[in-house]
Amino acid sequence: MSETKLTEFAGVVDQQAEQGSATKITSWALTMYRWSQWLQSPRPYLMVIGFAGFLGFWYLAVEVWKLPRFAEMPGPTQVFGEWFSKDPTYGLSVFTPEYYLHIWVSTRRIAIAFFLATAIGVPLGLFLGWSVRFKQYVFPVFELLRPIPPLAWVPLAIVMFRGSETPVIFLTFLASFYATALNTMLGVESIDVSFVRAASCLGAKRWQVFRHVIVPGALPFIFTGLQISVGVAWFSLVAGEMVSGQYGLGYLINTSYTMVRYPTIVIGMATLGIVGYATSAAIRLLGNYMMQWRMRELSLGAAR
Amino acid sequence: MNVQAIESARATQSATFAAAKGRVRIVDAVKIYGVQGGGGVLAVDHCTFDVPPGEITVVVGPSGCGKTTLLNAIAGFHSLSAGSIYLDDEMLCGPGKLKAEPGPDRVVVFQNGALFPWKTNIENITFGPVMQGIMSRAEANDKARAMMTDAGLRGIENNYPGEISSGVRRRVEIVRALMNDPKILLLDEPYRALDSLTKSVMHEALLEIFYKNRVTIFFITHDLEEAIFLGHRVVIMTTRPCKPKKILDIDIPHPRNYSVLTNKRFREFMEETAAAVHEEAIKAFDAGERER
Repeated sequence: MSETKLTEFAGVVDQQAEQGSATKITSWALTMYRWSQWLQSPRPYLMVIGFAGFLGFWYLAVEVWKLPRFAEMPGPTQVFGEWFSKDPTYGLSVFTPEYYLHIWVSTRRIAIAFFLATAIGVPLGLFLGWSVRFKQYVFPVFELLRPIPPLAWVPLAIVMFRGSETPVIFLTFLASFYATALNTMLGVESIDVSFVRAASCLGAKRWQVFRHVIVPGALPFIFTGLQISVGVAWFSLVAGEMVSGQYGLGYLINTSYTMVRYPTIVIGMATLGIVGYATSAAIRLLGNYMMQWRMRELSLGAAR
Repeated sequence: MNVQAIESARATQSATFAAAKGRVRIVDAVKIYGVQGGGGVLAVDHCTFDVPPGEITVVVGPSGCGKTTLLNAIAGFHSLSAGSIYLDDEMLCGPGKLKAEPGPDRVVVFQNGALFPWKTNIENITFGPVMQGIMSRAEANDKARAMMTDAGLRGIENNYPGEISSGVRRRVEIVRALMNDPKILLLDEPYRALDSLTKSVMHEALLEIFYKNRVTIFFITHDLEEAIFLGHRVVIMTTRPCKPKKILDIDIPHPRNYSVLTNKRFREFMEETAAAVHEEAIKAFDAGERER
């Protein structure tokens, strides 16, 4: 080997030698590294200031200045007092089992609907992107159904499905399904044709190309789709729960409205925000885990 | 390149020359894009030339002249409109079968690189034999490690392509191709995106790999210096439609290294061909102006 090449590869080889023959950068170590980077950056502190500003405005507008439009609203001290009270005035707080029942019922509906949307949407999107002929059959129908808002499906859902549970799950499923299928299709279409050609050059059969190129190549878009999908699942869930069903956070908000329990409404809303955030964060983590190659590229970029 | 490498190159050269394979004959190849007759674009015009086995043939022409079309026809990504292409004695495409089947006997190294970013380097390199089912994963890993060591790529087996420099990525891609023991390597401007310093390193590295493996190489570029430095044979193409304008056999002895660039014979070849290439570049530029 010539001198020039040795120096070019020296960096890579040294770095590898330190880590042993196999690279042992675990995703756990990377996660910890990213956390410490995050804590050292100004971002978490700016985030705290942002929250403080929001809560401060709420407090001042409702409880101190009593601005005209805000006077009827529950203030933060009232909401937090109720939320964490052992003996809540309106019967719902973190100490009542009913609160967790609502969360559980909603989360369960989301889980089922999201699972179905993913299990049907991802394969459908993969085939839409992979087969031109299949797309010509299916995509026009898909595009016609997609703009119909889930709420417009309420009457048909109630007629089509028995009981109160399945219609809600169906409505939640719908919006998720479109987002997942569409993004998956775009993911397949975004794959550089060179990858497919390279695979066929190397002797891969059609299904091997699908398994080893199309699926992993579309993963970044699939996970973008899943993030959107879980978000829209939550808001169609709440819409569905307001119309039909028993229990669930949407149901809680709706009944609290009819029974004039304003602080409980805000507790329901805030809980939705937290649980919704947690679900999309979980999807993001799963995505990072399944797309280690991107994590590595990103962390390498950050370390430089 | 050190003395030892040159010695080993000389040794393998004589040993493998007799068994050289991968002769490609392009006979009267024509490619028309779009509707034939009405509104079609003639990309390749009755193109005939030979790619000798066990040698490096470099095709030079202005960007967009149709060189890649020719490569795609050999690789089996596109069909020809007429004419035929032979690999050794087998007809890849021709009358009755206008599109060749892509296969591991003709592996392409792509312009922008096509290592799968979601597979580690060693998974990329073992992809061919494992997909074809001709090696178990363990066998493939052993062979891959040996070849990576040979190519100075030890220690990056379990990294992803995104973690290594673009120059190293190209070498991994070439090793991935060689794993299949191809008859011919098709390189489509593989060093286009690299800076000129990395490029010069890559040229020597490619030659070194070539001396070790003696695989036929079909190399496309628009860089004349690169062509003369690497090639046994240089085919200068006319601009669209593309056909050979000039075919030169470069008699600078192999193994070559970077000192060739200052060699008198090298300069003579440059002078002999620069005008022809420049003329085509101007034609291509004018054509481009008119299209807009």
